[in-house]
Amino acid sequence: MNARPDGVAAAFSSRQVARLENVGHVYGKARALDAISLDFPAGCMVGLIGPDGVGKSSLLSLIAGARTIQEGHVEVLGGDMADPRHRQSAYPRIAYMPQGLGKNLYPTLSVFDNVDFFGRLFGHDRQERERRIGELLRRTGLAPFADRQAGRLSGGMKQKLGLCCALIHDPDLLILDEPTTGVDPLSRRQFWELIGEFRKSRDGMSVIIATAYMEEASRFDWLVAMEEGRVLASGTPADLLERTGAADLDAAFIALLPPEKRGGHETVAIPPRPTDADGVSAIEAAHLTMRFGDFTAVDDVSFRIGRGEIFGFLGSNGCGKTTTMKMLTGLLEPNEGKARLFGREIDPHDIEVRRRVGYMSQGFSLYSELTVRQNLELHARLFGMAEALIPSRVEEVARQFGLADNVDKLPEALPLGIRQRLSLAVAMIHSPEVLILDEPTSGVDPVARDGFWRILADLSRKGNVTIFVSTHFMNEAERCDRISLMHAGKVLVSDTPASIVASRSAATLEEAFVGYLEEATGQVEPDAPSSAAQPMPPAETPGTADRHPRKNRAGRFFDLRRMFAYTRREALELARDPIRATLATVGSLILMFVVGYGINMDVENLCFAVLDRDGTTISRDYTLQIAGSRYFTEKTPITDYADLDRRMENGELSLAIEIPPGFGRDLARGRQVTIGAWIDGAMPARAETVLGYVSGMHAGWLTQKARELYGDAAAASAFQLDIRYRYNPDVRSLDAIVPAVIPMLLLLIPAMLAVLSVVREKELGSIINFYVTPVTRLEFLVGKQIPYVVLAMANFVLLTTFAVLIFGVPLTGSLPTFAAAALLYVIATTAMGLFLSTFMSSQIAAIFGTALITMIPATQYSGMIDPVSSLQGAGALIGRIYPTTYFVTISRGVFSKALGFADLSGAFMPLLVAIPVLLGLGAAFLRKQAR
Amino acid sequence: MRIANIYNLGIKELRGLVRDPMMLVLIVYAFTAAIYTASKALPETLNHAPIAIVDEDQSPVSSRIVTAFYPPYFTAPLLISQPEMDSRMDSGMDTFALDIPPNFQRDVLAGRSPTVQLNIDATRMSQAFTGGGYIQSIVSGEVNEFLNHYRSKASLPVDLDLRARFNPELNKGWFGAITDAISSITMLSIVLTGAALIREREHGTIEHLLVMPVTPFEIMTSKIWSMSIVVLVASGLALVLVIQGLLSVPINGSIALFMVGAALDIIAMTCMGIFLATVAGSMPQFGLLLMMVLLPLQVLSGGVTPRESMPLAIQAIMFAAPNTHFVMLAQAVLFRGAGLDVVWPQLAALLVIGTLLFAFSLRRFRQFLK
Repeated sequence: MNARPDGVAAAFSSRQVARLENVGHVYGKARALDAISLDFPAGCMVGLIGPDGVGKSSLLSLIAGARTIQEGHVEVLGGDMADPRHRQSAYPRIAYMPQGLGKNLYPTLSVFDNVDFFGRLFGHDRQERERRIGELLRRTGLAPFADRQAGRLSGGMKQKLGLCCALIHDPDLLILDEPTTGVDPLSRRQFWELIGEFRKSRDGMSVIIATAYMEEASRFDWLVAMEEGRVLASGTPADLLERTGAADLDAAFIALLPPEKRGGHETVAIPPRPTDADGVSAIEAAHLTMRFGDFTAVDDVSFRIGRGEIFGFLGSNGCGKTTTMKMLTGLLEPNEGKARLFGREIDPHDIEVRRRVGYMSQGFSLYSELTVRQNLELHARLFGMAEALIPSRVEEVARQFGLADNVDKLPEALPLGIRQRLSLAVAMIHSPEVLILDEPTSGVDPVARDGFWRILADLSRKGNVTIFVSTHFMNEAERCDRISLMHAGKVLVSDTPASIVASRSAATLEEAFVGYLEEATGQVEPDAPSSAAQPMPPAETPGTADRHPRKNRAGRFFDLRRMFAYTRREALELARDPIRATLATVGSLILMFVVGYGINMDVENLCFAVLDRDGTTISRDYTLQIAGSRYFTEKTPITDYADLDRRMENGELSLAIEIPPGFGRDLARGRQVTIGAWIDGAMPARAETVLGYVSGMHAGWLTQKARELYGDAAAASAFQLDIRYRYNPDVRSLDAIVPAVIPMLLLLIPAMLAVLSVVREKELGSIINFYVTPVTRLEFLVGKQIPYVVLAMANFVLLTTFAVLIFGVPLTGSLPTFAAAALLYVIATTAMGLFLSTFMSSQIAAIFGTALITMIPATQYSGMIDPVSSLQGAGALIGRIYPTTYFVTISRGVFSKALGFADLSGAFMPLLVAIPVLLGLGAAFLRKQAR
Repeated sequence: MRIANIYNLGIKELRGLVRDPMMLVLIVYAFTAAIYTASKALPETLNHAPIAIVDEDQSPVSSRIVTAFYPPYFTAPLLISQPEMDSRMDSGMDTFALDIPPNFQRDVLAGRSPTVQLNIDATRMSQAFTGGGYIQSIVSGEVNEFLNHYRSKASLPVDLDLRARFNPELNKGWFGAITDAISSITMLSIVLTGAALIREREHGTIEHLLVMPVTPFEIMTSKIWSMSIVVLVASGLALVLVIQGLLSVPINGSIALFMVGAALDIIAMTCMGIFLATVAGSMPQFGLLLMMVLLPLQVLSGGVTPRESMPLAIQAIMFAAPNTHFVMLAQAVLFRGAGLDVVWPQLAALLVIGTLLFAFSLRRFRQFLK
């Protein structure tokens, strides 16, 4: 597995699990990591602590192999992570859970399918997977929810599921990036108990964790404190406390900061709320209930918040906090109950209410494409502040919230803590009387959080602003005047923090909270049976027996099982999104109808009119010759040139004919006469056809007249031209177009679906699973491609059946040949989509780009209307290399020309070549690591 | 409703667009390279139509016929044998195959009126129709000229002076450039507004807007005006710089009048973009819906094939699409030099359709926000 002799590697890994030397990383101009050198001891719990945006996540993703190493040297499990061969053999020994609740899970897949997917990626066979999944789900208490969609789990359960997915392959190194951020205390406690259990049963598993919770960090074996891409200090928690002489880690961390950073930090002290509050209630909620379908998100919630009060809302993710807040802002209308703001009922249509409320939604939801100043100004304007006051107000708010240094930066370039301050600043810009803050400090470091709370305290105590805030942090909850504990849509208890602690005679608020939760989960729904409450199964180590087959597999360049893991997952996702599959199939039928009937080369019912300056029978006879044909419809005669011009300009007439004065007389005397005809050339294809028709009719009229005047002999022509319209004797447009529409539709839709299948993973973050597992690029691409090939083939069957049965286009050639060609073709078109996806990072660009790149060549350069041999320039070149061209030839050959494989083998070759070329390019351009 | 809100939110949209380089590249591509290649690639009337000739006569008259076909209308004809004819046509190498029978010249001179066989690959509709007529007149021209050396024939002295107006050489490139510009206008108007709305929802910023004193009407109008300006400016520049400048397509009518029509069309299309975004649950669904809507709009609006040739039902349905009227207007103004007196019905139709679409989308948008 690596160049070192095994003994050395083993000895090495017993001391250090990972070793960094001078590691640096930059994103564009922003430096995330700066010359970091660190040794991570093996077999213990290592914690990375530090504010958000100091490079913890970047460091972890480098260790996990999810990111390309830019500077320095990263050694993990005894090998160099810059070496692809070592990475390939190390992936099965590392497990990585990225930051963000359920970030690497697939929300539409069930709990079981999620874990199963990871099992397949690591090459376990069916029995092995079922055994492992059964055990993991049982141990995490997820077994009763095996069939529930991952997206519908609570935050705590999502993280447990993530842990199952990470542990399915018995890793030697487990990397967890803020695994408990946004999780309620009970779930958090259970999560760490689980980690403890798993570490016991898998002796020597190393764990590296980034966390924002200092009380969690204090239980780890070894800590690394980070700041601005550098390491501040490392050592055991006791070491750090001793070194700084601080009482707890929060204080220790602050003490470790360079003085200028620490500057001005003091513990938050919120003056007690004057008891002589005016008794006016700012927010009043009575029996609020909100149901989504059969799911009750908020169940009969009532509370009253006084003016200037800081009211805290605690509870796990998905317990109804956000929904309650949305009802208070008027974003949602409750099914039952009433909410009042300053005694007035909240009317979602009442714009005035919104001026009195500032709302900060969960996560950052400001415009990342606007700078800090632009965001502030936009919101000030939207709240209708006078233009003259805006600059000074923006200035003031920027100063108050410590944004002054960053006003012209884009939010993306700022650490989360500053972004959260920006969100609050925006919510405060119009000086509202009520602030509703949904988890404003989630993921923000302690220093920034304290700063944030000082602002809140100021607003409440000095500005008499009512603050309604939800949080996960107990120390924040303690700062509130009153708090409510919420669980599964219900309020468990609502009181001052001190009385809540007292009521459960607990030591801390957290303990009291956990007590309430345990009581509630015991009664309500077995949301997450506490693992501590259940006897743990005997600690067995399932991994040892089958380690060797797994490792052999990992080294393989192409593994069918891994590939099919992606196939299965993609197919499940497709099956769970019936709208997409229906649009893809039914939609293509609709398109076939539209295009089949729409592209029509039969030019009929053209309007023409005559400017007859002669007005004799013979001139009338000439006109009738044209009017009598099915191609032309006569309109009222033209009166003069002005009339002719006008009617041609507005497109009423496609053809105008002028018969000169004395036409009949001159003709009788045998004098040369000339009839004038004007065709509307604005649409050249149509004009061309009209030209043909008119010349033909003119010639016909002449022959007829000659016969009348000179007898049959004079009319006999020198030769006959026998025109045989082959393959389509009736010259039906439909017969010519439908066989060409099938190739077009089998390009547009499969390519679009394939592009989005990859780009969507990039945008939503689950692409990380591809980065950190042994899956190779080709397995990933082909695995994702297969379901779409199957879907496209179903589409092909549907389209062909409709072409024959509904459109009545005869299929005269070999159907097996056609089906074989179609299979090759849809493999090529989906491969084209996958290739395009490697360049796209946003779904919008993917949609737009794919439409642009597929639609024009398919309709114009692939022989659908004009044969490729008649194209010129770039169009001809595109036509020659585009696979659609060849499938159009095959489709027409099979439909109209009664051909079989032998006749069409020439057109198969380009398709056969296109597949490996497109897939090869896709694999070559696809990145196996993030930048 | 506050005009200031609409203005400020619109500016925000524009700033967002400026920060999305990929989108800018695609916009530029759609209005330059896409139009240019489409115009240059489209063959002019009959261009290099592949033809093969089986000459079983090998006489002076048959060789006259063979030499009468030459580029650019036709490829230089390939002389093939009769058995080759079928296989070449089967594999799609030739659109036309002319079979001159043995003793053709002798029979013609003897007045026996022999038969020349012309095989046309009728799966290639566009060439099949025009090419057939051309070949017929070329062959008769050659035969008649040959005969004129031998005997004179009584005929009527009537000439037909046929002229194509507005595009005398029937240059398809001119037409292709305009059609493509219209396609780009349609696509961009829908994509820019629709995708921007879905992105706002996926990123949660739309919700943020709703807690502020702005109405759905203001949000929607701001998106429409800002994106319309972008598309309008881009299409105006494309018309002047690419179509008129680079491709030297003569514009007969008033560009200003065309731009008025374009503005109305773009507004209607952006409304449709909003509507599609409210229907689609996610980006992939939006992508598919887009295909489902764009293709019919493009193919059936009369920009690719004439409206007269379509079934009446489709003509009637497409009458409700803004594109149809815009294509009519564009052809009338740009090629035929029509003025306001001629195209006012199209402008009125665009205005009506735009207003209806706006009202309808606004209703959907309000529901969508709940």
